[in-house]
Formats: sequence, structure tokens, C-alpha cells
Amino acid sequence: MAEYLTKSAARNIFYGGTIFFLVLFTILTLHSHYYIRNVSTDESTLTEAVARGKHVWERNSCINCHTLLGEGAYFAPELGNVWVRYGGRESAEGARMGLKAWMRAQPTGVPGRRQMPQFNLTEQELDDLIDFLEWTSRIDTLGWPPNDAG
Amino acid sequence: MKYHTQALAYPYFYAALALFFVQILAGVLAGTVYVFPNFLSEAVPFHIIRMIHTNALLVWLLLGYFGASYFLIPEECEREIHSPKLAWLQLGLFVFAALAAVVSYLSGVHEGREFLEQPLWVKILMAIAFTVFIYNVTLTVLKGRKTVVSIVLLLGLWGALIFFLFAFYNPDNLALDKLYWWWVVHVWVEGVWELIMAAMLAFLLIKLTGVDREVIEKWLYVIVGFSLFSGLLGTGHHYYWIGTPEYWHWIGALFSILEVVPFFAMVLWAFYLVYQSGRDHPNKAAMLWSLGCPVMAFFGAGILGLMHSFPSINYYTHGTQLTAAHGHLAFYGAYVMLNLAFFTYAMPALRKLQPYNQVLNMWSFWLMTGSMTFMTFTLAFAGVLQTHLQRVLAIGFMEIQSQIELFYWFRLGAGIFFLIGALLFIYSALGPVREQTTAAHRS
Repeated sequence: MAEYLTKSAARNIFYGGTIFFLVLFTILTLHSHYYIRNVSTDESTLTEAVARGKHVWERNSCINCHTLLGEGAYFAPELGNVWVRYGGRESAEGARMGLKAWMRAQPTGVPGRRQMPQFNLTEQELDDLIDFLEWTSRIDTLGWPPNDAG
Repeated sequence: MKYHTQALAYPYFYAALALFFVQILAGVLAGTVYVFPNFLSEAVPFHIIRMIHTNALLVWLLLGYFGASYFLIPEECEREIHSPKLAWLQLGLFVFAALAAVVSYLSGVHEGREFLEQPLWVKILMAIAFTVFIYNVTLTVLKGRKTVVSIVLLLGLWGALIFFLFAFYNPDNLALDKLYWWWVVHVWVEGVWELIMAAMLAFLLIKLTGVDREVIEKWLYVIVGFSLFSGLLGTGHHYYWIGTPEYWHWIGALFSILEVVPFFAMVLWAFYLVYQSGRDHPNKAAMLWSLGCPVMAFFGAGILGLMHSFPSINYYTHGTQLTAAHGHLAFYGAYVMLNLAFFTYAMPALRKLQPYNQVLNMWSFWLMTGSMTFMTFTLAFAGVLQTHLQRVLAIGFMEIQSQIELFYWFRLGAGIFFLIGALLFIYSALGPVREQTTAAHRS
């Protein structure tokens, strides 16, 4: 093969191919952008509260213990479907109360159990965060996770 | 060392190794929390420790690339670095930004996207420092001899800066946020960083084997071509379950298979060149790292990554300890070993010595490589069990974690051995000279 491929041919393939795949990747990403905004997520319910909730999520860096849609730290449970796990689809009020009570009760201090810190969120922040998690649970993830355990 | 501005690499390597130590220390602490969950849970909670662990890694690897660039570019371009003052300014900015980030994390101030937790002003500072660097090395390359090694390195560095800019875009729509977050995270480590890796490895191979540059450079183009052709659309394997269209399933699977090619090609390339040369370079430790790097990268980034990149498998394994297993060996093999190879090669020149403390250095190689391999095995076993219990049998996350605790003990043990290996490396590189190859052996 070495004789058939000169250095300048290798260089041209590298530059040409890179530009080709970068353009293709950009086009597919733009299409995915469109798809996310119009098909897989419900932007009409992406309220101010959901956006604020995302900031609560980020300010407290929940991602560095939990996972969200499978991405994160694997140290604490998946939260992309926590709304479903708490029965939010059947009883929204019950799930909301359950999640709030759980976060308020941290840390449990149980020896030998992983500890979630007390983040001292206000009532408003708790509601926003739960709105964000509820909205997230409705993203069309093609059936992931396989079950409620997350 | 032919050019005196190559010495700029020295302080960069010092800073990189200091942060390497911080990274490993944070890693051992995090591993300890896994088995003693109440440890530090009030003072420095797990999420802060992990943030320091991952961020220190990224920053010290970057400092390593910067230092390596300052060492490599003058030799490749046959001229001094454009502005040593700017290089020092850049180092100051970068180290300040890194320290500010750590202090900020310890006091609980951070942003919340994984690996991009730096407060906005720290991100801006890092982008400025990076831009200063790009300006400095680009001018140097443009004014000097242009080699394939320096051009590919420069492309990789430019790419790293450009794709980092996506870190400043954070839409409210979580799925969109994730879509572009991967443009930084994946395109860095499975795209442009591979260009930096291949260029640094090419430089090391040219120096260590003495094989004709023409041959090395042609294959360099082939390898980086494969890296980008496969790596860009390979991002698809992160677009399976985050609200992105289903066509990513087959694109991600196909290009994940192709992503193994450049890593395997690097193994063949390195071993073929060493075999061809038949030359006995006195810096045996640098040779060991330069050959070990592509091998471990092939297994960690290539094989382990591929194993759970098919949608049908990833559906069950996504976001389990398997990901952690793959992540550890991939980063160690590809980028940690690359930097340690480069330090091992360059330090004798920077300290104006013949290759020194080689036995200690090679001990550190086997300690770190062995313990990281063991850690990867334990996390992979933990991940397989977790996948079955949680994703197939639908048992709750916390209940499973107590069932796989034994593996976390093994992981902590591996982490402690890794820490010893890392300290040994730092001591052998920066500490007193205990033995030195005689000048006569040097070719």
C-alpha cells in the first residue's frame, strides 16, 4: 500500500475528508436541533419555572453525584425519570410532596449509606427544580431507561 | 536542547505535575467516600471532590500539551518561540485560573454542567490564556519551517480552542444543552485531542527511533484522518437517549467501530517504527511510555469504548460503572501516558542531564499502568453486575450499590497503588538524580 499512497495524497485525503465529515456532522446536528425543539421535547411547557429549575440543578451541581439521562457521576440515582419513579404520572401532587420531603430530610446521617448534602433550597427553588425534573421526564428518549429503577 | 525558548516547557511541566498530584489525591479521596460514605460528607461532599478530580485532570493535560508545544515547536520549526513573555503570561493566567477554580469549588461556587463547572469568569480567563498561547505558537510556526508534525499539532490546538467556545452556550432546553455539550466533550477527547496526541507521538518516535521523517509523517496524516473521520460522527454514540433522532443509533454504532481504527493504527505505527529502526536510544523509559501509550489507549479508549457503543448494548449499560471503567483507562492510556512519555523524554534536556532515574521511572510506569488496569477491571465487573441488577432486574440503585461494594474496595486499593506510582514518577522526574546514563551511550 505504501507505494500507492504518497504523502501529499495522504494530506489531501485528510483535509478533504475532515471538511466533508465536519460539514456532515454540522448538518446532522442542525437537524437534531430542529428535531429536539419540535418533536422530542415540549417547548410549549418549557416555562420560566423550568428554566429556573435548571439553574437550581446547575448551581448545586447535582450532576456530580447523580446522572441525568444517563450522564453524570454514577454515585447517586438517575434523575431523568425520578418524576415517574415517584409516581408523578399518577399523582403529581404526591410526587411533588415526596420529592420535597426527601430533599428536606437530607443528609440522612445513616452510617454506611451515601450522604446527600442539605442544600437548603427555598420553597420556590424546590418547586422550580421539581418542575425541571418533571419537564425532563417528558423528553422522548426512545424508551430509555429500560425501567423505573433508572 | 538546541533552542533556549524550549526551556519554557519546564515550568509548564512543573505545574502539570503538581495538578496531576491534586487530581490523583482527589481521586483517592473520592474512592474512599465510595467505601466510607460518611467520610468528609459534611466538609467536602462527594460532588466537590469529583469536580476537582476531573477538572484537575483536564487542566494538567492541557498544561502538558502547552509545555510539549513549547518544547517541540522550536525544534520542528527551527526557530525560537515568538514571545517567551507571552508564554509566561499565559502560564500565570492558566495557573491562576486553575487555583481560583479549586478555591471556588471548595467554597461551593461553581456552575453545573459536568466538566464545565468553572465559574464564567474562570472560563473566560482560560479562553484568553488559550488564545494567547495559540497566537504565540501560530506565529512561531508561520515564521519557521513547516513540518507535518507542527501543522497537525497546531490544528489540534486550534480545534481545542474553537470547540471550547461551545462551553459558553447553555440553552434552557436540556436536550439542546446536551447536544452541544458533547461538541466540547466528545470532539475534544475523541477528535482534536487525538491530533495533539498523534503529533506528540510522532515527534517522540522521530526522536527515539531516528526513522525517516517522510515515512512517519505520511502515516501521521493517515492516522489523524481516521481520527477525525470517525471521531466527528462518532459523537453519535452519545446521541442515543437524550432526545436526539433515532438515526444516530446506526451512525453512532458504525462510526464507533471506525473509532478503533486510529488507535489500532497508532499501535502498529509505533511498534513498526521501533522495530524498523533497530536503534537503541538511551532513554529507555521514554521509549517504554511511548509504546505503552498507544497500547493502553487502544484497549481503554478503543476496545472498552466500542464494547458498549452499540445501541442495543448501551440501552442497558448507559450511565453505569462500565462508563467509569472505560473513562479511566481511556484517559490514562491516551492522554496521561502521552504526557508522561513526553515529560520523560524532555526532562533530561530541560535539566541539562543525560537520561536519569530511569529505573524509578519505569517502576512508576508499571505501578500506574498495572493499578489502572486493575481498577478498570474492578469497575467493569461492578458495571456488568449493576447493569444486570438495575437495568434487567429493575432493582433500585441504592440497594445494588451495597451489593457491589467489594469492587469499590478493590478500586480504592488500586487507587492507592496508583498514587504511589504517581509520586514515584514525580520524584523520578523532578527529584534528585540518583543515576544517569553515561554520555557515551547517547546517540
